[in-house]
Amino acid sequence: MSGKPVPEPTPETQPFWDGCARGELMLQRCRACGRPYFYPRPVCPACGSTDVEWFAASGRATLYSYVINHRPAPGFEADAPYAIAVVELAEGPRLMTNIVGVPNTPEDLVLDMALEVTFEPRGGMSVPMFTPAGKALAS
Amino acid sequence: MTSRSGVIIAGAAETDAIGRLPDKSTLQLHVEAAVNAVADAGLTLRDIDGLATVSAPGPVQVAHALGITPTYLDGTGVGGTSFLLHVRHAAAAIRAGYARTVLITHGESGRSRVGAAPFPRGGSSIPAQFEAPYGTMGPTTAFTIPVLRYMKEYGLTHEQLAYVAVAQRTWAARNPRAMFRDLITVDDVLASRLVAWPFHLLECCLVTDGGGALVVTSADRAGDFPKPAVHVLGTGEASEAPMISQLADFTESRAFRLAGQAAFAEAGISTADVRHLMIYDAFAHVPIYGLEALGFTAKGDAGAFIADGNTEPGGRLPLNTNGGGLSYTHTGMYGMFAIQEGVRQVRGEAPAQVADADISVVLGNGGMFATAGVLVLGRENR
Ligand SMILES: [Zn+2]
Repeated sequence: MSGKPVPEPTPETQPFWDGCARGELMLQRCRACGRPYFYPRPVCPACGSTDVEWFAASGRATLYSYVINHRPAPGFEADAPYAIAVVELAEGPRLMTNIVGVPNTPEDLVLDMALEVTFEPRGGMSVPMFTPAGKALAS
Repeated sequence: MTSRSGVIIAGAAETDAIGRLPDKSTLQLHVEAAVNAVADAGLTLRDIDGLATVSAPGPVQVAHALGITPTYLDGTGVGGTSFLLHVRHAAAAIRAGYARTVLITHGESGRSRVGAAPFPRGGSSIPAQFEAPYGTMGPTTAFTIPVLRYMKEYGLTHEQLAYVAVAQRTWAARNPRAMFRDLITVDDVLASRLVAWPFHLLECCLVTDGGGALVVTSADRAGDFPKPAVHVLGTGEASEAPMISQLADFTESRAFRLAGQAAFAEAGISTADVRHLMIYDAFAHVPIYGLEALGFTAKGDAGAFIADGNTEPGGRLPLNTNGGGLSYTHTGMYGMFAIQEGVRQVRGEAPAQVADADISVVLGNGGMFATAGVLVLGRENR
């Protein structure tokens, strides 16, 4: 146990975390208007339809923005300073993540750089992380 | 004739002291601010029939501590802008006849944590599942994330970001109650400790203890109170996203923009009418986003606008004239202090008084660009 927070799934998010355990980044998509979205919820934020479905995203993303945190949260002491980033998925939605497999410095973390998802085992869960494209270790 | 919202701020006061107050509990700060504001209005606690504040302790606890039996309660708690929303809701309640005289209180032992609710950790909320696993720890690690995207899109420099703190210190230097009063330079800011790159310590707000309170009543009673009435000419409220990662566009605040549009429309004013401005400054980028969202500058121009001195003493748009959350005080929910300074300026009793501050606009932030409230305050009905 790293001491880092372990996500606790709720009924509407369970398919997302089940996907992570399989090595898939699951998103939802509206069957009425076609728009994909994140975070998991039972209504389309674009049109209000409740006719939504899950699908596996490509795992490709670009770096949208970040900070490099110098005051670590509990469990992150060994990582500091570490980047807390928001990535934009190829499908459009954005999510928060950490960037692994690359030094977390302003020089190495260039906005819009290509990334891909990888999964970090943590407390029996798999947590999605992102790494420079071509470096992913996950299957 | 009444102001468009139909209400005035008849009383406004802060706690006797602000800053580091380890001998005052959260509830004591509420009570002290309430007593001071009611006295400022020339009233007694028995005159109050409406109560608004944030939990914890919330309106039931505060009303009970003060011996008030309110006919109107508002516990809206949407972050540091909540008090601006309380003013807006009080206006509606007073117009509807639910209450005649509403007391809005804030007290927070933000620094000393005396009698304060614990910080929530863990759990299975949406932010706990999708942000906490990445090592966020409060606003310094998340509210700050959008600015790098803004810098890339609009060319804001590190020096311009740092200058926001420099500009606000010029006001704090004129305010005896400000926690930090020594003038600083861009080099000082950039040499201060890195907190969350690109943010340095001096680009982040203070963490203090203190409180403030307001007495809101109907505009037809203007003239019945010891201090000049401060008319609430317009109000707005809006929300965007509960998590910073879900903002639609990291280079702007939708909530700021929508709340501002609503308030300006109700007041019937444009930016050219505004003589004084308060923008909730938890971090140095927030005034930049606020100036653009309210339309005071074009998108991408606010950093240069501040760096050119426009918001400093003698500038054409005095901004955050108490020194702001960066230099004056920041208990955690700073919105009450932004309103207090707007009231002082309109009354003409601010420590760093602006000439002819007949219209003041106050923009409050809640959470991390999650919610916004805007008040247009004025000396006269319009
Ligand atoms: Zn839809």
